[in-house]
Amino acid sequence: MSGERGAAATGDERTAGGVRTASGVTGAARIRAVPDGRGGTALPLLTGEGALAVRRTRTAPPGAAVTLVGAMSAPLGGDRLRVDVEVGAGARLTVGSAAATVALPGRERRPAAYDVRLTLAEDAVLHWLPEPVIAAAGSDLRMTMRAEVAPGALLVLREELVLGRHGEPPGRLVSRLTLTVDGRTVLDQELAAGRGAAPGWDGPAGLAGHRAAGQLLLVGAEGATLLPRVLTTRADAVQAAATPLAGAPATLVTALAPDARELRPLLIRTLHAALAPSPHPRPALATAP
Amino acid sequence: MSAALLLLADGRFPAGGHAHSGGAETAVAEGRITDAATLAEFCRGRLHTTGLVAAALAAAATAGADPLALDGAADARTPSPVLRAVSRRLGRQLLRAARAAWPSPALDRLGAARPRGAHQPVVLGVAARAAGLTPLDAARATAYEAVSSPATATVRLLALDPFESAAVLARLGPEVDAVAEAAEAAARRALSEGLDALPAASAPLLDIGAERHAAWPTRLFTS
Amino acid sequence: MHQDHPEVFPQRHTMSASGGGRRALRVGLGGPVGSGKTATVAALCRALRDEVAIGVVTNDIYTREDADFLLRQAVLAPERITAVETGACPHTAIRDDISANLEAVEDLEEQAGPLDLVLLESGGDNLTATFSKGLVDVQIFVIDVAGGDDIPRKGGPGVTTSDLLVVNKVDLAEHVGADLDRMATDAAAQRGGLPTVFTSVARGQGIEPVAAWIRERLARKAAGAA
Ligand SMILES: Nc1nc2c(ncn2[C@@H]2O[C@H](COP(=O)(O)OP(=O)(O)O)[C@@H](O)[C@H]2O)c(=O)[nH]1
Ligand SMILES: [Mg+2]
Repeated sequence: MSGERGAAATGDERTAGGVRTASGVTGAARIRAVPDGRGGTALPLLTGEGALAVRRTRTAPPGAAVTLVGAMSAPLGGDRLRVDVEVGAGARLTVGSAAATVALPGRERRPAAYDVRLTLAEDAVLHWLPEPVIAAAGSDLRMTMRAEVAPGALLVLREELVLGRHGEPPGRLVSRLTLTVDGRTVLDQELAAGRGAAPGWDGPAGLAGHRAAGQLLLVGAEGATLLPRVLTTRADAVQAAATPLAGAPATLVTALAPDARELRPLLIRTLHAALAPSPHPRPALATAP
Repeated sequence: MSAALLLLADGRFPAGGHAHSGGAETAVAEGRITDAATLAEFCRGRLHTTGLVAAALAAAATAGADPLALDGAADARTPSPVLRAVSRRLGRQLLRAARAAWPSPALDRLGAARPRGAHQPVVLGVAARAAGLTPLDAARATAYEAVSSPATATVRLLALDPFESAAVLARLGPEVDAVAEAAEAAARRALSEGLDALPAASAPLLDIGAERHAAWPTRLFTS
Repeated sequence: MHQDHPEVFPQRHTMSASGGGRRALRVGLGGPVGSGKTATVAALCRALRDEVAIGVVTNDIYTREDADFLLRQAVLAPERITAVETGACPHTAIRDDISANLEAVEDLEEQAGPLDLVLLESGGDNLTATFSKGLVDVQIFVIDVAGGDDIPRKGGPGVTTSDLLVVNKVDLAEHVGADLDRMATDAAAQRGGLPTVFTSVARGQGIEPVAAWIRERLARKAAGAA
């Protein structure tokens, strides 16, 4: 109970901070990456409003790297966060976050919304690798992640959902992941979990007691097609499969783990395997833009 | 309630369902279904996720949405290649039975456009339309199948008392009805707003389990 | 691009509920577990494969053992052998809901090209399991002498109505004390003129009359009377 009270206190501070913007969102970040004409990537648009701040971080050329910073760490009931990332033809961008996003109960009864839209032009490269989203007790968060990818682009997307901070019952988390490739929807998946989710979410067909769910979406990565489909055995703590999608060079890795700590290593291993140089590299994987 | 719906939803309708466990064979082997209570929870999880999605696809097909577009929407909602193949195989088997039962140009067209099989709920929806059924009927038959298939299989896999299995299905009845109604409502929205309005609920363990099941050297059920 | 459904044979007519056009003679082989169905299929393939294009569908109960046995024995090219999983109900798959077996036959024809003969082996069931007429043109019922020499007398749909009754493992008759003459008399009485043959397929004996019977069926089918 004390945890919930502490969370509510944080919410009061935030609401008192008056971070709501004119457009009605509590936070918005916009990032646009384009080739800088010298073999690198420029960021002509890099803005954070309200609860969201963005920072350009160092990276080896030719790519650019951006970190979403701390302010996004607490979507409360009623909050609306939005991130738009646009990667132009031939540009290369990596986006991470400084810390986990912890959804907390707010004073408002309405769920919090966190919407991410990623747009990749031809031959763009985007690595979207934020820290986990944690659904604290009593929270209610609706996430949508929509990636629109043009032919020849490379997208690496990681999503980690954690149900409850250590030892607490989870709040409600609904996360929808949609991928279009060349304008066609090739993936549309929603995971709903936590208190108030549809019955059976934690049963033997759902999460079966696992408290961390991860997805790795790999689009245009030739190596992903070489991954084994069954990644773990029934005896492993982590349950995972790599499933090639229909109608696009894309693979979805789905993983369930007892907790966030056990989830990450499998996702990293799988990502490395998928991005390892393949015997027949495709142009999309070539380094020079 | 029409007799055509009873026929379409009958486990003995010769459309191949008897050889599929709806993921129950994996869940039994891995110790997640052990008795009537865990079977009920398994069915519930399936009903509210892939069952809801399938029921909405079926209802949309009965309501007259483009079956080929729905077939693509089913692909996007089925990340597991094993489950896509199963759904298409069952779709082809259902189409064969439906064409015999309710001959119609719409079923012929679907067969010609997808000779390797359209997704099963899409075929079911088109068949329901050919049989003069409503979108809600199609949603009901599909939602019911989402629970009856694992329940029937578990009777064979665990030698579960068939009366207990029937009781599980009876107790799930109101939830099946509610899911069917939600699916029909979503299908109607999809007709006006586009197919993105269809539900996309997923059950990770069903996907992972299906991939693992397909890699077993021996099994009783096809899926 | 990932392709779930490459359209390799767009010309085929798989969706017709009743077949149609030229198709292979479909022969079902039923009978109790262990009577020698798979051994008979293997022997028939060896006897007939140089004359006609053959495919085999097995309906294993729990394993792919029959299909794997045939593959190991190399009686046919691998793309001509396929297995159907029957969900613990082998009789359902050959009688009540034949759709998976029909699909399997069509898939074989798609992979291997036009076939003259498809042998479908049932999962091995009790004496009442018979093939649907929607699935096979003719059926062979295989029993063995070790199962008891009173099986023909007891009857049952397999024994009484199959187009050909094969009584296998006659090499064991002496050891198990089976009276072959009595089996022959009982079978004749039960079957009202339908043929019965005695074989020892694993010893390479007696398959020729079975092969001859199939040749005759193939000829009839070719003449349009099957
Ligand atoms: N002694 C003897 N054994 C046989 C004969 N035919 C088959 N068998 C054996 O009987 C066992 C079962 O044969 P199989 O063909 O697998 O039976 P199925 O279950 O009906 O397919 C195998 O070990 C065979 O080698 C036969 O003519 N004589
Ligand atoms: Mg056999």
